[in-house]
Amino acid sequence: MEELVEPSMQQPEHPGDHATYTGLDNVKLAMWAFLGSECLFFGSFITAYLLYRNRTADGPKPSEIYDIPFTSVSSFVLLMSSLTMVLALAAIQRGDHRKLRAWIMATALLGTTFIAGQIYEFTTFVKEGLTLKTSAFGTSFFVLTGFHGTHVAIGILMLLSLIALSSLGRLQQADAKKVEMVGLYWHFVDIVWVVIFTVIYLIP
Amino acid sequence: MATVATKTGIFRRPSAKTGLWSWITTVDHKRIGILYGYTAFAFFLAGGIEAFLIRLQLATPEGKVLDADLYNQMFTTHGVTMIFLVVMPMGAAFFNYLLPLMIGARDVAFPRLNALSYWVFLFGGLFLYSSWFLGGAPDGGWFGYAPLSTLGPDVLPGENRMDFYAIGLQILGIASIVASVNFIVTIINMRAPGMKLLRMPVFVWMTLVVNFLLLFAMPIIAVALFMMSFDRNFGTNFFNAASGGDPILWQHLFWLFGHPEVYILILPAMGIVSEVLPTFSKKPLFGYSAVVFSGIAIGFMGWGVWAHHMFTVGLGSVANQAFAVSTMFIAVPTGVKIFNWMATLVRGSIRLNTPMLFSIGFVAMFVIGGLSGVTHSIVPHDTQQQDTYYIVAHFHYVLFGGAIFGLFSGIYYWFPKAFGRMMNDRLGKLHFWLMFIGFNVTFGPFHILGLKGMPRRYYTYQADKGWNLWNMVATVGVFIIMASILVFMANWWISRRRGRRASADPWDGRTLEWTIPSPPPEYNFLEVPRVHHRDDFWHQKYSQDAKGRPVPVPVGAAPEHEADHDAGHNIHLPSPSYFPLIAAAGLPIMGYSLMYKWWVPLAIGLVVLLAGFYGWILEPAAEEEH
Amino acid sequence: MNPSRWKAANLPRAKLVFATATLTLLATACSKDAPLNFLHPEGPIARKADRLWDLTFGIAVVIFVLVEGALLFVVIKYRQKSKNDAPKQIHGNTRLEVIWTLIPVVLLAAVAIPNVKGIADLYAKPKGDPLEVTVVAHQWWWEYRYGASGLVTANELHIPVDRPVYLTLESVDVIHSFWVPKLAGKQDLVPGRKNSMTLIAEKPGEYLGTCAEYCGLSHANMRLKVFAHEAADFDEWLDGQLLEAESPSDSLAAKGEEVFMKGDCVQCHAIKGTEAAATFAPDLTHFASRTTFAGSIFPNDTENLRLWLRDAPSRKPGSKMPSGIKDMGLDDQDIEALIAYLQSLK
Repeated sequence: MEELVEPSMQQPEHPGDHATYTGLDNVKLAMWAFLGSECLFFGSFITAYLLYRNRTADGPKPSEIYDIPFTSVSSFVLLMSSLTMVLALAAIQRGDHRKLRAWIMATALLGTTFIAGQIYEFTTFVKEGLTLKTSAFGTSFFVLTGFHGTHVAIGILMLLSLIALSSLGRLQQADAKKVEMVGLYWHFVDIVWVVIFTVIYLIP
Repeated sequence: MATVATKTGIFRRPSAKTGLWSWITTVDHKRIGILYGYTAFAFFLAGGIEAFLIRLQLATPEGKVLDADLYNQMFTTHGVTMIFLVVMPMGAAFFNYLLPLMIGARDVAFPRLNALSYWVFLFGGLFLYSSWFLGGAPDGGWFGYAPLSTLGPDVLPGENRMDFYAIGLQILGIASIVASVNFIVTIINMRAPGMKLLRMPVFVWMTLVVNFLLLFAMPIIAVALFMMSFDRNFGTNFFNAASGGDPILWQHLFWLFGHPEVYILILPAMGIVSEVLPTFSKKPLFGYSAVVFSGIAIGFMGWGVWAHHMFTVGLGSVANQAFAVSTMFIAVPTGVKIFNWMATLVRGSIRLNTPMLFSIGFVAMFVIGGLSGVTHSIVPHDTQQQDTYYIVAHFHYVLFGGAIFGLFSGIYYWFPKAFGRMMNDRLGKLHFWLMFIGFNVTFGPFHILGLKGMPRRYYTYQADKGWNLWNMVATVGVFIIMASILVFMANWWISRRRGRRASADPWDGRTLEWTIPSPPPEYNFLEVPRVHHRDDFWHQKYSQDAKGRPVPVPVGAAPEHEADHDAGHNIHLPSPSYFPLIAAAGLPIMGYSLMYKWWVPLAIGLVVLLAGFYGWILEPAAEEEH
Repeated sequence: MNPSRWKAANLPRAKLVFATATLTLLATACSKDAPLNFLHPEGPIARKADRLWDLTFGIAVVIFVLVEGALLFVVIKYRQKSKNDAPKQIHGNTRLEVIWTLIPVVLLAAVAIPNVKGIADLYAKPKGDPLEVTVVAHQWWWEYRYGASGLVTANELHIPVDRPVYLTLESVDVIHSFWVPKLAGKQDLVPGRKNSMTLIAEKPGEYLGTCAEYCGLSHANMRLKVFAHEAADFDEWLDGQLLEAESPSDSLAAKGEEVFMKGDCVQCHAIKGTEAAATFAPDLTHFASRTTFAGSIFPNDTENLRLWLRDAPSRKPGSKMPSGIKDMGLDDQDIEALIAYLQSLK
């Protein structure tokens, strides 16, 4: 098992980073690992929902209560926020800090709009007789979408932190990786919503 | 944020190298490993006392040592302690200490994240144990089946006991997930040049598999625990049959986590044994690829057997048949390792010192636990065995006779490296024999008690059931185990202070950790090693003759290894930090607040957590040296 | 003497001692003194499972002896002879490894077949004319509802021999598990679900059972008995149980009936033929015909009844039945009267 070629490390993805064995950035690998973990988290709640969606006790059924046009609009809003996130990353990668802050703000605003839509939807459902306690369906619906909304909220907090950092001059072009990481998280949360929307609302 | 000369944040960056503060702010993987080890051992003593009290209660029929309520708290905390606060963190202690040394790295990928996982573990364990003083310890079993654990005081005493369980395990889960991300990235990305995957020590492979299992299993129990907390506190219906919930959902989620969890518990010990046996046989591990691939296979197959914990729940014929078959076949990759380990010994030159005795003991005891496990997979008979002491026998053979023995093997093996002194081998052997005998005297009879129909989780039993003799025998065994632990503790004390000084390579080892001084300097390797072989160090020391026997390489004739161009100077080490501790401290504050519904302290806890995170994000990983 | 030489000299002896001890251990497991010992089945269903055990356990013992024996042999034979030992650095042997992987696969496959078949048999609904009984588990007692006749009893299950008894299993509170080891394996009773299992007894007699899923404070105090009768005897028993309770002729017992009906007892217990119709606690219509009570943990005699009525929670942790003296306003005479009444409910 003699080496013919002298072993060496791969060149890092971003100049200035330490060399790693595979050439992948440590933080990026970590974020992917964490997102893998999150897949199991959401997968478990989605599975519970699928098991419970017809257990409606005396309360409303899914078909009676879902407003698919409304939810489609808020889904679209969230999808657009992924686009603005990509534009934000592109901005910092070319050193345009004003555009970075603008696109991140747009992302945060779209995310907030999505959450506002969720809150509206939740309060409407409650008025129509579906609460956390009504039935197994009510429980699994609110907890699944509630955790997703919480993840979006945490994402918005991260986005606002990026804006703050950038305004203080502490987010330079070389720090584009940080924006990329937040972007990865944001896109993941968006994809989870696509799955939830499909599974919960669209599939009868 | 106020700027100070060191331009980090509000506080000046800690810089102590010795003393208490240096331990509290450490980000050095070796120190964090030692912290994990001491803490896990302290919990081992606590869990042992719980076991001792249980055995005192069960020594005779109609015992009066513990009443039903205390007994239920005792067996619940014993299980939670041994699994979450002993075996898992002890494994983490080894991952932490050894991983960078074995792959030729100077530290893990994320030193502060590493520190965070330790502090979160410590605070989670303390949070759980505070329950003893705050209304009672959890009493729903370590497995917390719903709806017993969710219907509140109607079915189990106490208001908050199972909330301590749910919240405590959530906090501990965070420690595990955070650590798993760290170790996965470290193994993939921080290997020394030439350390290809199939050149890594088996211990490193097992670490990689375990951390993937943790990464994917912990979120599932996190979901289950959220569901439990919500059912208990917010009137949700996850497990509430009256509103369409299904108690069996808890079991599915718990065991989807729980079965990979048992592989999380055993694989580190298997990794340790895979290092110890070759060293003290003076031969390489027999069938390295098979051992590695069977470990990976176990990692995958472990996801497909969970319902063998649920054979009596009423899942139906087809499900039971499927899980019976998958359970039987997971015995194959597990069993194959036994043969590989034995073949390592064949034609070797076996040194029966303490670490070797514990590793051989592991193999012997794991065979028993594994065989009884296979008998559980025979479903019609498992409907008899389930929930009896026969099951308790099985898992103690694999977790104590297996995991704990393996961990002790590792402790004796790597103590010289970590502390620069040898442990006393005579005392070590006394520890081994006392523990081996005591363990078998305690848990051997459990097979008989179970087959004679003694159910689990019974706080007492009657004299006419035929269980009296073996319960007494089992209790006697506990005293022998306790004596063995006292011997170990005495050995530790003496050896830390007066053990014979250890060289870098006291055992004639095979792997990279033996190339550096004992104890290692903070930066581990003066020069980053270049790896050319599996068991690279062995190949540096020995070449082979025509018959394949090792021939020592004459000193000075070793090929010059190209020095890393920054050898000795400009080694950048991560600086110590307060922020992991601060962030971790936010969690128990939030935990208590959620439990007692104190909303202002909850907000404070959240602020502490966020302060910890923001401080962390804003400080660089390493301060510039002036 | 050098420790490792001591070990070498004594290891073969130690091996012998260990083997003898193990065999003695195993032998005692087969003794007949334990009423819940399922290695001595007494019904066809338990016996089927036991045969699968014999096969698997037998193979396990052979593997145990071979593997542990080999381990011991290897450890002794290949001990270090000198510090300069230079063993050949063998890395593996693919053919050997394939063989020792295939052998377990074949063995397991062989056992898997009867296992899978056994599972199918276990859950099949019994043929013939099964007696259908619904078992409802409560914290910490067993309710039985005999399907056809509508009879409701508690804790002691009477069945005919040589006839399958098809149990439907339900729970009102938490998960329990119904287990009569000598007749069959256990099945759980899960709130919100109906599980099922079959019992068959071959010989008349008494078979002990117990709850086998942790269910709270008195999980250890939730036992049961199965009484198997010849068919004619079973019919006679059933007819007697279907009769309503008679008004007691004895004056003390009559007083007891008054205490019962005017006090708290009627809140929870039913006695057919009287105004007591609550189903929260065991049906007491033929209480005196039972050999045990309170989850089959106390013999049904005067002294035990007295202690129970006076203060049930002190006798059974977590008991939902309050203390007669402290919580239900009974005095000693009330209790003597109640005992007389209960003992009249044959």
